Amino acid sequence: MNVVAFLCLLFFSGVAFAAPPSLAPPEGFRVLDTPNDTGKSLSLVWKASPSDSKNRSIQVWAAESPHAAFKKVAEFPSNTRYVKAGDFPWWAQPAGKGEHYVKLSSSQAFPIEDGKSYAVKLLVRDGEQEAWSEIAEGRPAPNFFNTAQVNNLVFVLAFTGVLLASIAAARRNPHIYLRRIAGLDAVEEAIGRSTEMGRPILYLTGAGDMSEVPTIAATVILGEVAKKVAHYDTSLKVPHRDPIVMAVCQEIVKEAYVEAGRPDAYKEDSNFFITSDQFSYTAAVDGIMLREKPAANFFMGSYFAESLLLTETGASTGAIQIAGTDSDHQLPFFVTTCDYTLIGEELYAASAYLSREPVLVGTLRGQDFGKAFIMSVLVLGTALATIGVVAGTENFDYVLDFFKDFK
Amino acid sequence: MIFLKRQLPLVITFIMGVTFTLQYYIPHPVSEEAITNVAKWMQIISGFALFLGLASLFHVHAVKIKRQVPGWGYSLVLYAGMLGMIAVGFWSHGETRVDGAQTSFGWLYDYTMVPLQGTMFSILAFFIASAAYRAFRARSREASVLLASAVIVMMGRVPLGQFLVPWSWDVTQWLLNVLNSAVRRAILIGVSMGAVALSLKIILGIERSYLGGGRDQ
Repeated sequence: MNVVAFLCLLFFSGVAFAAPPSLAPPEGFRVLDTPNDTGKSLSLVWKASPSDSKNRSIQVWAAESPHAAFKKVAEFPSNTRYVKAGDFPWWAQPAGKGEHYVKLSSSQAFPIEDGKSYAVKLLVRDGEQEAWSEIAEGRPAPNFFNTAQVNNLVFVLAFTGVLLASIAAARRNPHIYLRRIAGLDAVEEAIGRSTEMGRPILYLTGAGDMSEVPTIAATVILGEVAKKVAHYDTSLKVPHRDPIVMAVCQEIVKEAYVEAGRPDAYKEDSNFFITSDQFSYTAAVDGIMLREKPAANFFMGSYFAESLLLTETGASTGAIQIAGTDSDHQLPFFVTTCDYTLIGEELYAASAYLSREPVLVGTLRGQDFGKAFIMSVLVLGTALATIGVVAGTENFDYVLDFFKDFK
Repeated sequence: MIFLKRQLPLVITFIMGVTFTLQYYIPHPVSEEAITNVAKWMQIISGFALFLGLASLFHVHAVKIKRQVPGWGYSLVLYAGMLGMIAVGFWSHGETRVDGAQTSFGWLYDYTMVPLQGTMFSILAFFIASAAYRAFRARSREASVLLASAVIVMMGRVPLGQFLVPWSWDVTQWLLNVLNSAVRRAILIGVSMGAVALSLKIILGIERSYLGGGRDQ
């Protein structure tokens, strides 16, 4: 009996007095200056633990010095915020794969200034248990070059080199094959038709301003169109949504008339401003189409919801319509309602196609080299990523990272 | 004169083009401040350029009224509307509401501009119907494929269509995520290459017709 009582006492006392396993603080905790930033953030890194779970939380406490009052700035489950493949390129990784990584950005609650030192510590909580990490210090500093984007810069420089080489080649051998673009072949036909019918030509440069590439492309094509208009002695109307685009187009059309040997035929009012408001502009242009019934309508540049309102009205007047846009969401409307549509890159190729200048045509060959390179990368990247998943290896990431866009 | 009209704009374009291409790779606050300052300058220039636009607008319609060309009455309406709005705007100190009460400027905006804009936008529904009718006439093999896929997508995007044709949802998703996405990406790759090439041509002074006139003066 005594023996049983002794064993019971031993067993229950063991249960009563065995302390639960103590909570370990995060290992390898360090505070770094965030790489490739403006100097307004700190990077916190610590090692992953097998006991990380959704029930265990991590709190981030920060202060301006180890002796100042700490403030809680973030809290999250301990099984989150791991560094995953694709977060950083291999050549600019602030933490190893599988480690915890938290970017502590400047906020109203805890402003971070560059050049100032900050102290940070972590608190691990699991139920009632708590464990503090050591205090780590870090000093944020701004960077002059984003090393994560070095691959982007290499490609830009390489593409520039290819373009310049293509132009040099085109200068030596100007006979470069250009595939036919029906929409651009139809420009002459449209202008001729307007001349025969004695009706004006309407040319729109889109919704963008002069800082947008499609608008610049539209103004470049306007120059070529205006030369032919001057040659045929037809009337040209270019209503605008942006006063700066209007001023540029006035100059382009004027010079085109001079170049065509018809400076006397140039009218200052051929380019005119309507409004920058989307639907007011649309209503005004629709009114011009219905009253003056232009024989040819050109829609070049970027467009939004007004595209169908403009082109459907133009189609109802029986005008020949040529559109060119890189706004992929508006392409179906243009294809449906216009006689010819320049799709995407054809808009940018138009000036080379219309002028046939070897230097400009050479850049098209450079673009083709660029596209061939992208297609090769797509095939190679798909193959490597698939093999990597099947074989369970991350070794291909060294190649794949080079073709990713990192911020 | 040639220097001011040709070389100087090309030099400015080259310097600004290279500077703001490099700016993309520089996260330093100095770089951010530079881009913010340029954006502010662009806003200021746009504000002043509006006077150019207004001058053009007044001139074009003044000529129409003076010559009494057909439809010159619309030009009178434009003058009345624009000058009236400016006068009421000054009267209301540019405010649409004062102490929760609508000003006359706010009233004009809410009860003329907004309904007129809404009317123009709503016309789009009718135009889409007429454009769709024209596009979906099965005149060729390509148009027939377009018609068939459009019917499936329309069925798959509305609850009644999914109820009547249960498989339409899966086919719609496949059409949109595989075929449509592939074509869009191909277009976007071409657009991006074209935009980069045109930008480089402008920065390097190869394409200069946007300055007016020929390329190799």
